[in-house]
Amino acid sequence: MIAAAPELSAPAGFAARPIIEAKGVSRILPGIVPVTLVHDINIEIGANEFVAITGPSGSGKSSLLYLLGLLDLPTTGEVSIDGRATTEMREEERARVRLAKLGFVFQFHFLLPEFSILENVTLPMRALGALSARQMTQRGEGLLAALGLAEHRHKRPDQLSGGQRQRVAVARALANEPPVILADEPTGSLDSRASEQVFELLQNLALNQGKTVVAVTHDLSIAARMWRRVELVDGRIVSDIRTDFDRGAGKNVENRP
Amino acid sequence: MNLIVDIAWTHIRSRARQTGFAVAGVATGVGFSIMMASLMQGSQDDFTNRLVNAMPAITVSDDRRAAPPQPAEAHYAAAEIRGLTPEARRRGIKNPLAIMASLESWLPGYIAPSVKVQGIIRYANQDVATSIIGIDPRRETLVSDLPKQMRGATLTALYRATNAIIIGDRLAEKIGARIGANLTVQTSLGTRINAQVVGYFHSGVRQIDETSAYVQTRTGQVLARQTGLINELHLRLRDPMAARETAARIEKDTGYKSVSWQEAHEDLISTFVIRNLIMYTVVGAILLVASFGTYNIISTITHEKARDIAIMKSLGLSERKVRSVFVLEALIVGLGGAVLGFLLGYLLCLALGSIRISNPFVDADRLPLAYDAQHYALAGLVALVSSGLAGYAPARKAARVHPVEIIRGAT
Repeated sequence: MIAAAPELSAPAGFAARPIIEAKGVSRILPGIVPVTLVHDINIEIGANEFVAITGPSGSGKSSLLYLLGLLDLPTTGEVSIDGRATTEMREEERARVRLAKLGFVFQFHFLLPEFSILENVTLPMRALGALSARQMTQRGEGLLAALGLAEHRHKRPDQLSGGQRQRVAVARALANEPPVILADEPTGSLDSRASEQVFELLQNLALNQGKTVVAVTHDLSIAARMWRRVELVDGRIVSDIRTDFDRGAGKNVENRP
Repeated sequence: MNLIVDIAWTHIRSRARQTGFAVAGVATGVGFSIMMASLMQGSQDDFTNRLVNAMPAITVSDDRRAAPPQPAEAHYAAAEIRGLTPEARRRGIKNPLAIMASLESWLPGYIAPSVKVQGIIRYANQDVATSIIGIDPRRETLVSDLPKQMRGATLTALYRATNAIIIGDRLAEKIGARIGANLTVQTSLGTRINAQVVGYFHSGVRQIDETSAYVQTRTGQVLARQTGLINELHLRLRDPMAARETAARIEKDTGYKSVSWQEAHEDLISTFVIRNLIMYTVVGAILLVASFGTYNIISTITHEKARDIAIMKSLGLSERKVRSVFVLEALIVGLGGAVLGFLLGYLLCLALGSIRISNPFVDADRLPLAYDAQHYALAGLVALVSSGLAGYAPARKAARVHPVEIIRGAT
């Protein structure tokens, strides 16, 4: 009888297999003068990472996030989620992956104005259709309670402050318990206090819930507190730095391409 | 509630006034379509009823559609015989009682025999060429409107005297014969009898009222010199529309020529087809115009909700689901319009039906209207389909919204 080989485990903070992987990804907008948004991007993002995508305006930060989040299709290259190539997927299948594996938080809350806060949060659950109505309400209320919004659950988005709305957007992103949260300037439209609250919320997701959080930000003070910083200039990655001390891993690793 | 239904319903509610106008547009289309179909069908039914009542649904006569073949032709396949006249045969339907009994065993309706003979009615030195029709009054009551057309007596008055006769009111007026008058009836075959007037009839058709008279079958057979034979069988069916098929079966069973009322009025029936074609074209046009309203509202909603569509797609709703939302909205408009249209159509029909007409050339005093569930079903179906189609184009466009473009535009 052959003894089972000991399982090889990845070092803390680094996933055995990337949860999002971009290989040679470029996005070019067609036109009389084609515009290159991102060029030849190669990046691997593992489980439980807290990644900042930074760079000057027009450097392709948001474009890269949309490509990683399957909101846009690369002109060349391949984006894989959980090891599955997505370029050749049907639209419906990509939507399904987005629904189950990815949660989005945008600069503006983008809540549906006619629906209540609770309805907005349960919307992705209803689209996925994996839970009963009671379970969806319970989970939605649980998420809102965890974010301190329980008493607002029956209000409309326009009855909340900017920070509260953005927290609702985070709750909505977490509705289907996706392993990855993608945030596009999540603090961009908030004051400093609300920004701090939202940042701590995202950090908490990575720190305590094991989520992978990828956030586009132009705020370097926020980026500096994240565990990995990917910097883009003119659509290209110019640096990819891991600084894991913030989560107490006891090391500070820097990788530059 | 299902997510798609919930979103669609929320959108509809958020544009209540515009949606209301779109629904009203569809409702108007459906309502007027139903009214028009009801009016057209009603007038057609009225016309058909008059036609069916004026004559039997099926007339079985002693004619044949083709001359009987020569005996030699039956024996020699290649024979060509010239100069022969067709075999002479005695006119009349033989064994009428047996044929009637046989038909009554399966026929969904009634049968009455009749003997028709051309003759002259002579009274007070006046001679009038007349069609003398021998009938069985009890059976005739079941197959024609003659009992309703009687004036001064009932049809059973024919049983009062041996040679009783009922004549058209205009004929009576023309020759000055009143009830109780004794006339002389002489046929072209030379038979002559004295007959007593026991009543008048008024069919409303001048020619018939001036030149027709009814006697008992037996008297008619005497006048036609064909005892035991009759010329025609008149049939009334419970479903007059089945006359064509029934006539074909009777002709196949008996060998006698059976003419349905449709065959007798083939030219008129063909005009119904054209009428219906015109009606459906107009109804279709009305509903098509109504569907533009649906297109308009769905286009407006998709335009206004472009950001919401982008959000839904970014959250993971597929193009198919987004498309379903807006097609469903169009269908809700169509359904609402159809239901309101049913009510409007019904009320319009009631209103039209209440209008009195006083026209000396028209017997009816009200517009003929047909209340048929099929009109409602058809108008509703067309409204739903056209609304669905009207909503599909903007829905398809909405579903193809690129979320990134909208999200970038918002930031």
